[in-house]
Amino acid sequence: MNINEFLSIQSRRAFFRSCAGGIGNIALANLLASEGRAGVAKSPVDDPLTAKVPPLPAKAKNVIFLFMEGAPSQMDLFDPKPALKKYHGHSLPPSLTKNLQLAFIKPTAAVLASTREFKRYGQCGMELSDLLPHTATCADDICLVRSMHSEAFNHHPGQLLLFTGSIQPGRPTLGAWSLYGLGSEAKNLPGFVVLTSGSGTSGGSDNFSSGFLPSTYAGTVFRNTGDPILYLKNPAGISNATQRNRLDVLKHLNQEHFMREADVEIASRIHSYELAFRMQASSPELLDFSKESPATLEMYGVNKEPTKPYATNCLLARRMVERGVRFVMLMHASWDHHSEINAGLTKQCGITDQPVAALIKDLKQRGLLDSTLVVWAGEFGRTPMAEIRRPEEVNNAGRDHHPNGYSIWAAGGGIRGGQVIGSTDELGLSVAEGKVHVHDLQATILRCLGFDHTKLTYHHMGRDFRLTDVEGTVVDKMLV
Amino acid sequence: MVLKIVRYSKFAAFLFALASLPVFAQLPPAAERPIDFAKDIQPIFAQNCYGCHGPQMQTSGLRLDDGASALKGGNSGAVIQPGKSAESALVLRIAGAPNMMAMPPGKKLSPEQVGVIRAWIDQGAKWPASETKVAEAPRRGASHWSFQPLHKPEPPAVRDAAWVRNPVDAFVLARLEREGIAPSPEASKPTLLRRLSLDLIGLPPTPAEIAGFVNDNRPDAYERQVNRLLASPHYGEKWARYWLDLAHYGDSDGYEKDWIRPSAWRYREWVINALNSDMPFDEFTIDQLAGDLLPHPTIEQRVATGFHRNTLTNREGGVDNEQFRFENVIARASTTGLVWMGLTVGCAQCHDHKFDPTTQKDFYSLAAFFDNVEETDIDAPMPGEIGPWLETHDEYRRKRQALLDEYHVPELQKEWEAKMIDAGDHPGKYTDWDLAWDVLLKLTVGGDGEKIIRKKPEARTQREQDALTDHFITYYFYAVGDAKNKEVKFKELAEKLNKLRDSYPHLTQALTLTESKEPHKSYLRLRGNYKNLGIEVHPGTPEFLGPQPAENPTRMDLARWLVSSKNPLTARVTVNRFWQELFGTGIVKTSDDFGMQGDRPTHPQLLDWLASEFIENGWSMKKVQKIIVMSATYRQTSTGRPDLESKDPANTLLARQTRIRLPAELIRDEALAVSGLLSPKIGGPSVRPFQPDGVSELGYGAGVKWKESEGEDRYRRGLYIHFQRTTPYPLLANFDAPRGDVTVCARLRSDTPLQALNLLNDPVFLEAARAFAYRVRSEAPGDFESRLRYAYQLAVDRNPTATEHARLEQFFEKQKSIFDKEPKSVDALASAGAPDRVNEAAWVTLSSVLLNLDEFITRE
Repeated sequence: MNINEFLSIQSRRAFFRSCAGGIGNIALANLLASEGRAGVAKSPVDDPLTAKVPPLPAKAKNVIFLFMEGAPSQMDLFDPKPALKKYHGHSLPPSLTKNLQLAFIKPTAAVLASTREFKRYGQCGMELSDLLPHTATCADDICLVRSMHSEAFNHHPGQLLLFTGSIQPGRPTLGAWSLYGLGSEAKNLPGFVVLTSGSGTSGGSDNFSSGFLPSTYAGTVFRNTGDPILYLKNPAGISNATQRNRLDVLKHLNQEHFMREADVEIASRIHSYELAFRMQASSPELLDFSKESPATLEMYGVNKEPTKPYATNCLLARRMVERGVRFVMLMHASWDHHSEINAGLTKQCGITDQPVAALIKDLKQRGLLDSTLVVWAGEFGRTPMAEIRRPEEVNNAGRDHHPNGYSIWAAGGGIRGGQVIGSTDELGLSVAEGKVHVHDLQATILRCLGFDHTKLTYHHMGRDFRLTDVEGTVVDKMLV
Repeated sequence: MVLKIVRYSKFAAFLFALASLPVFAQLPPAAERPIDFAKDIQPIFAQNCYGCHGPQMQTSGLRLDDGASALKGGNSGAVIQPGKSAESALVLRIAGAPNMMAMPPGKKLSPEQVGVIRAWIDQGAKWPASETKVAEAPRRGASHWSFQPLHKPEPPAVRDAAWVRNPVDAFVLARLEREGIAPSPEASKPTLLRRLSLDLIGLPPTPAEIAGFVNDNRPDAYERQVNRLLASPHYGEKWARYWLDLAHYGDSDGYEKDWIRPSAWRYREWVINALNSDMPFDEFTIDQLAGDLLPHPTIEQRVATGFHRNTLTNREGGVDNEQFRFENVIARASTTGLVWMGLTVGCAQCHDHKFDPTTQKDFYSLAAFFDNVEETDIDAPMPGEIGPWLETHDEYRRKRQALLDEYHVPELQKEWEAKMIDAGDHPGKYTDWDLAWDVLLKLTVGGDGEKIIRKKPEARTQREQDALTDHFITYYFYAVGDAKNKEVKFKELAEKLNKLRDSYPHLTQALTLTESKEPHKSYLRLRGNYKNLGIEVHPGTPEFLGPQPAENPTRMDLARWLVSSKNPLTARVTVNRFWQELFGTGIVKTSDDFGMQGDRPTHPQLLDWLASEFIENGWSMKKVQKIIVMSATYRQTSTGRPDLESKDPANTLLARQTRIRLPAELIRDEALAVSGLLSPKIGGPSVRPFQPDGVSELGYGAGVKWKESEGEDRYRRGLYIHFQRTTPYPLLANFDAPRGDVTVCARLRSDTPLQALNLLNDPVFLEAARAFAYRVRSEAPGDFESRLRYAYQLAVDRNPTATEHARLEQFFEKQKSIFDKEPKSVDALASAGAPDRVNEAAWVTLSSVLLNLDEFITRE
């Protein structure tokens, strides 16, 4: 029998039928029984990552989540607040700030008016800051939400809320839920990939863990140094020829054992080893940008500083989406500008603005934007008031955490671009209209992928858990 | 180590907020006529409210069919204010006032009905005694199986009595005979010993042990093996892991800072020792939940309370400490409910449990047992530490004080303390000192910074004073800036102090719980929000599980009640987890849910029999585990059977054993054991084996460098690997080890390509393969066949089949021809200067193949 045939998930029935004795029939019966069941595959021989059709019509097939860790300042980037000039350097009237809960500063802290210059961009006339000249060229593709709110005002809980729907650690993340619901179309790559740049994040691996779902659904980190995936490269002494020799004999021996023990878990493990080998074989091609046109490389800023690391990740994200990766998460840290906010924002925008805009344009020119949902978001926003840690130093002012009204944006994959959703009050203290909670954003993302967020559930500890906990409403206005 | 702040003034503010409900102008007017309760009001209540607030259910604690209860109110307090209808929550809710959940859900009372109720309240809310319905209906879940008292059933009669080795088998076989299914034959002796060994001590048997067992023809040969393994000091290591999953043990704080907890292992040490000495489970329970409340508790009994110190600590700047204190209270209640009662009581944090009879009040009454605990670190010396410490301690104190004096710490600290308290009392007054104050609340090591600084120096313990002084020296710069900090040279001082401390003997520390001396009130939190205080609650066990254990029960009463005959759950839940460890799945499959949404037991009588045996045997864990592994049921083969695939594909009837992929730690242990690398050392601090760069750096605590252990500590069992919660060791994460955030009652067993890459390419496993090859070549005679046989015996405790032999020989030859062309590969794998280096390198790869076999990482 052809080994490769055996290993191909598609042809596994043929294998089971052709097996000697009753064992093949056992496995076949098991397989048929599992396929007879509606919904999620139960039998271990069924690859849990097999691509599935979502229950509702879906625009987005893939997600690229541009996570801007640390909470970028909305009023210096997305949400102009000229009225702050009036109060600059002074406390706001106590009547406006009495219920404000802040992390470091007190509600009496002096207001810090933004020094950024805002202009209207695109046909839609979206107002954006001078820190985002490249993103501004994509204004008509972007749906800017200025009315986000969260109840977490510290990083780790805020990141947990954004990715798991709960401020407590332990639940599955957005990427894991996506993979659980949709499986993956990537043949030789993990279905949920994490790319990092900048410093480490507060959430660490909590931001892409599978929580109480099997680790099959966890995000796989593509590393910046060493192996792109941990243990992807053969160790010293193991050449490709040796690796193939090892895998061939392993396959044979495991298959022998499968014949004896009739446990489909063994067939499943053989499949995993082959997938591992294909991941090894295909990663050099994935990471090889030599076939990208100079124009593309230039557009992203792959070959220059300071854009290089983030541009590389953005380009990789596009290449992964092309190869069927379901969920690509870019974690960039950190936007936590408690001090020297102008310098900090200039630096982070200098790194990310051009690659992000290139990603949108590149996806669009390849016809991928319609099926790829791109989300740009931090875990919350920043205060209109200044945080001054060293009063004696000039330009030391920063901003504190502020979850009551901040901005994120989304594009592609079922999102209606060229519009602004919601607004904050004239001082940016809270949402004035069109409140969008983190759970609402999650519900909307899942809707783009073809799910009713209340129905994508996993039974655990006596309860059907879901990403949006017991909340969440789809923001219909964001959708096409 | 964790900070705890109780802000009574804040509580008072919330209570005040509760008392003043929003004024809602658009209320329908009150009816202008005298109201008759029986005629006008009761029918409205009966039709619209009794479903959730009647005899069977009292959602949110509110009951409207009984006058006394109705006037008392629900979880948020009184809902009827006689004479003041516009201020009555009941009226506001039925009228749909903003920001309140409108009642009744899904329908709306007419303005006339609201007006009638308003009038009744305005007229004094008179409730005639004759109209009170106190007919008690059985509470939801009253007849649920797991809440029924435990009775020991008689083992049933079976036709094939010869198969029955002990009563376990009678229960299993009776069911199989009913279904017309024959049990599977007993597994071969090598398979049996491998299974038993992996299950009881988590290590594979050696070829010598296998040979000894195979050649032992005495009738009690198997029992001798069981006894040997139960007495092994490695038993505690294997079973500690299952308990640590429940305790959600970790070596770091979790959350952003994710600081290392250098003393966490002291609790793990206690667990290993308790299990090895077969501490009865009732004592095991009492020590962990309330060891500090025993009369004159020993250090070990206090260390045991570290069970509830595995909660996470959020030291992130700016977090509200009261919030995370509350979260830990909640976590402790949820964990206790889950671990001992198998109930998802945590679901009742926000509302009454949707399926189980656990009300929100039940949950907060359980939480109240933990609302008054303090986190206290203690000296918990290991054997041999006290003598040297005593001898040198005075000298150490003198030298430390001299250093502090030299750098003017006493006077600077006094000044700093005064201004810190001023800053703490007047937030916003000194914006730079605000941060220093926040840091004091979060980052004081070994104490509660605020509590200490507010004590007069003479009232502080030595430990408290040291904690504050160390904090002052480390974080002075937050208050005064870098320039001034440089001037006083505190960085230099800190280095000298650390060096001094490290050069003197020290006592191992332990994280424990104690009861606070200043009791404070506990409240139900509406919708689970810590800021949203409801009615006051008192410590209490769930009402549906019978009367309270004592008049004003304490944490000790809770612990004793959990292991008393009054609680039907603990013994059932616990033996079910033993069964799960030994069969892959529990008799109750949902070992995390014995409530109404959980699975029913497949063998209810067997479960009750085992639970009763457990108690009758003085809660001996080893004794009940021995009963299980002695059974014929346990000894069956795990091979799949065509007839079972249609009748019982999930093996719930137990007509065979189950193949179980080993947990993460045991995969490592096995690879190290068969290759001869494993260090047999038991206990002690956590270790850091080799880990590639870039793993720890993913977390915010990237400053927490992974400093690889040295010597034999690189080859310790997986149980001892340092568990950094936000960036766990890759092998553990890849093979489904829990993340240590919450209790895990049953590990998942996934199968992923990353696992394959881990075993194929992780240098730790390649090193094991090299050692394995070396061992095979030095311990077995020269020819390929005998070496292969020895390698198979080491790895999977059997001989290779003819096909396996032929296939591996083919592999070996091919590998040698590959290496003939790859001298560099040979250099990397073979030892320098060996005469047959190609041969040796080929053996390394062959060994690595064996360490990757599905059979190798599976217990059959």
